[in-house]
Amino acid sequence: MAYTPHTDPDRAAMLAAIGVASVDDLFADIPERVRAGEWDLPAPMAEQEVRAELSRLASANRIPQVSFLGYGAYRHLVPSVVSEVVGRAEFSTAYTPYQPEVSQGTLQSIYEFQSLICELTGMEVATASHYDGATATAEAALMACRLTRRDRVAVSAAVHPEVRRVLATYCSGPGIEIVEIAVDLAQDASGQTDPAAAAAALDTSVACLIAQQPNAFGVLEPMAELGGAAHAVGAQFVAVVEPTSLAVLQAPADYGADIVAAEGQPLGIPMAFGGPWVGLMAARMGSVRQMPGRLVGATRDAAGRKGYVLTLQAREQHIRREKAASNICTNQALCALAATAYLTAVGPAGLREVAELGMTQARHAVTALRRAGLAERRFSGPYASEVAVTLPDARRRHAALAEQGIVAGAPLGRDYPELDDTLLLAATELTTDADVERLVSALAASR
Amino acid sequence: MSVVDERAARSAGGPGDADASGRGAAFASPVGGEALTIVEPLIFEHSRPGRRAVRFPAPSEAARAAAEGEPPLPPSVKRAEAPRLPEVSELDLLRHFNRLSQLNIAIETAFYPLGSCTMKYNPKVNEWAARLTGFTDSHPLDPEALAQGSLELQWLLAELLREISGFAAVSLQPAAGAHGELTGMLMARAYHRSTGEGEQRTKVLVPDSSHGTNPATATMVGYTTVTIPSNERGGINLEALRAALGPDVAALMITNPSTLGIFEDQIDQVIAAVKEAGAIAYMDGANLNAIMGRFRPGEAGFDVMHFNLHKTFSTPHGGGGPGSGPVGVSERLLPFLPRPMPVLLAGDPAEVRRNAWAGRATDGARFGLDWDRPHSIGKVRSMFGNFGMHLRAYAYIRANGGDGLREVSDDAVLAANYLRVRLADAYDLPYDRICKHEVVFSGRRQKRQHGVTTLDLAKAILDHGIHPPTIYFPLIVEEALMIEPTETESLETLDRFVDVMHQLARTAAEDPGALRAAPVTTPVGRLDEAGAARRPDLRHRFDEPAVAVSTSAG
Repeated sequence: MAYTPHTDPDRAAMLAAIGVASVDDLFADIPERVRAGEWDLPAPMAEQEVRAELSRLASANRIPQVSFLGYGAYRHLVPSVVSEVVGRAEFSTAYTPYQPEVSQGTLQSIYEFQSLICELTGMEVATASHYDGATATAEAALMACRLTRRDRVAVSAAVHPEVRRVLATYCSGPGIEIVEIAVDLAQDASGQTDPAAAAAALDTSVACLIAQQPNAFGVLEPMAELGGAAHAVGAQFVAVVEPTSLAVLQAPADYGADIVAAEGQPLGIPMAFGGPWVGLMAARMGSVRQMPGRLVGATRDAAGRKGYVLTLQAREQHIRREKAASNICTNQALCALAATAYLTAVGPAGLREVAELGMTQARHAVTALRRAGLAERRFSGPYASEVAVTLPDARRRHAALAEQGIVAGAPLGRDYPELDDTLLLAATELTTDADVERLVSALAASR
Repeated sequence: MSVVDERAARSAGGPGDADASGRGAAFASPVGGEALTIVEPLIFEHSRPGRRAVRFPAPSEAARAAAEGEPPLPPSVKRAEAPRLPEVSELDLLRHFNRLSQLNIAIETAFYPLGSCTMKYNPKVNEWAARLTGFTDSHPLDPEALAQGSLELQWLLAELLREISGFAAVSLQPAAGAHGELTGMLMARAYHRSTGEGEQRTKVLVPDSSHGTNPATATMVGYTTVTIPSNERGGINLEALRAALGPDVAALMITNPSTLGIFEDQIDQVIAAVKEAGAIAYMDGANLNAIMGRFRPGEAGFDVMHFNLHKTFSTPHGGGGPGSGPVGVSERLLPFLPRPMPVLLAGDPAEVRRNAWAGRATDGARFGLDWDRPHSIGKVRSMFGNFGMHLRAYAYIRANGGDGLREVSDDAVLAANYLRVRLADAYDLPYDRICKHEVVFSGRRQKRQHGVTTLDLAKAILDHGIHPPTIYFPLIVEEALMIEPTETESLETLDRFVDVMHQLARTAAEDPGALRAAPVTTPVGRLDEAGAARRPDLRHRFDEPAVAVSTSAG
């Protein structure tokens, strides 16, 4: 009703051409006893009513005035040009580029995306995208199992709990066992995954070790040592990373990562209550035939013109069916385009500034809290732009501040009971000095 | 000389065309009538050191000074060389992506009857809603009190999808159709485990007309796949199904209407047989656009179904995603739904619905997330799914209302049957019966008589500014052409498509070589896909070396 163009004479003409008296005749093949009963759905709405209803719901959200909440989703500037690019209907209302001759825009942009992700991670090949960082990580673990023909997966407890939850669900399918490597969460511990503990948990039945950089507490891991522990038993090293940090942090390829997975949301994609975001995955060329998901490759037409196509499709479900590397079909292409436009918009200097501004404001916040006698760092290990702090009565005070529209980071106690007195604070380039001052004064008042 | 011929002549070698390197003369060819023949260099080729688009403010002195009290990054974790990201101005960036966009066919530029994908109009008011800052800036881990709007929207959408499908409950967490399949089949397995039959039930039945995702999903859940043949009318072979069902079968995954566009007219018997065997009846809901208001899978007895919000409920396909694949379940699978579930914590559900349908909030209503689901299969995605797709689907359902959704399906089926009847003289119709939202023809006549394949036909359709139908699927139809017009295409568009298809059938007979040479009007001709797979070139190779990172802080 809202968007169909047919007039009653149009419908009559079509029915006449088909040779049926009414549209009901086109549904006569539905067995009588399973035909739909009456349903109870609302009446149609005009555009102004739709707008009013969606505005009602949007304004029922209270967007905090000050927020230090990160923990897997980050408040960054989405440059205006990025919104403009993803708003182009030629991109947004196309589908999977099955017909490359009329999809070169989408295909070339994916090739550029793959190139950018390779450049950020130092890896040799990147996929066209996954649903999110958590499913990309889970698929990376399954890929490692195929590559090594092993059926156990080791994961650090300092990998984000959301990632580990999704990993557990995916591994439950084929019956892959998960070995979790505990991390010392005591006050003033390093907050890092201990390479010796990792080595002790690994043996030749383990397909991969998964570690996150920076980890779920914001702490920087000894990735090279962890990678060494994995390689010592012939396991793959899966690095879960945060893409903006790669402007300043070592590229995963340089510390020995075999597969890289990441949540790409920080790259110009709104938080939007959890999605759509984009999962990134990169690996070494030798593993490409076990990679899940779409890949775009460059080639030529008969006249020698360069063009792009979906390639190595013999890995995929529409060709291989039950023997496919994954069931993934639809991915997050438009979000990958946003990431491509974002990385282009900020460039190498801008991405470094994003990473450094976050690091500076995280340090600013920690220093200000310490000077005010309000909180101390929980862990001693190095950190980037997200940092865990300990303070008395953390949960209650977090709730009290939320009432005032200030979100004092993420209370870690729900996921890590030992960290009930710990808040994880995230800073980005949007964090201001005034935000730090508001946080400090509100926490002081909540004592 | 026709436009097509003229362009073909030019593409054989003329000014403004590809040079010997294969790189197009992007700047020699002015934007305008030539837009589709422009070849755009890679973004890396536009890059010049020192150029930039977005700028960020410098940190304040206060922040910098305070930060100095904290330890910087240890050298061991720091990057040596800066990533070679492009360095371009904002205008260069926009021109690059705008030019790329002009190389695409999309719903808003052309008829796009890609079967099985439901390429309907994506309403603009949905995009308007998705850009409201109340939604875009909502952090998924914000305290629930700050996210009442997002939670209410998810709860309401699940209520609407429940009513549309007749299921007991709906999870919005899966990110795409195949992801919904994975979720549904994990629940099927959790159910069998809960009854002690987890070990014995190891097989999943799929019809030979199924989507490739169905068997791939079964494998991901640890099941083996058994293929059930179709009958001569295009439906599932009921005898073969009954013979395959047994105590070792976990589920049947069936697409209804099928990928042939045909409603399973024995669906009641199919469901009964599956349930009698103790198996789970899974419906692939990819084709729900055909049956809204006519058939409710949950009410009919299915245990589980995924929706494709990017098909039926008009959220943009985005060049391959994001999609959204909510899953509806019957009572017996309810305990196994992914966690968390958006729930109404305080308030009367009927009153909240009534108010929302009238565009009103309900005083005292409170929404939250229910994590306390001990039998849940767990999480299939971080956070709560592709919320941005949820809100678009919600806007779409509200705009249409119940009457509108029924009309959507009626018009979609009407359009597909119209094409079925209008094209039956020119192309073979292997299953000549009333179809639903799509119709599957075969190009076998053109192939046998004139040596013109369905691929040739598809490429020739491109030269008429139309996106081709899905080809070579379903696998059980030789030289398949799967056409799904959707309800949003006017009769004039359908008639023009009919004319084009008739013209191509004539050309196939009279000048088959012309079709084998197609396309000739597109930015590139048929590409060497075999070569692309043999010598994978999956990323840009830089001529220039990387340079050291020059950090100013940290």
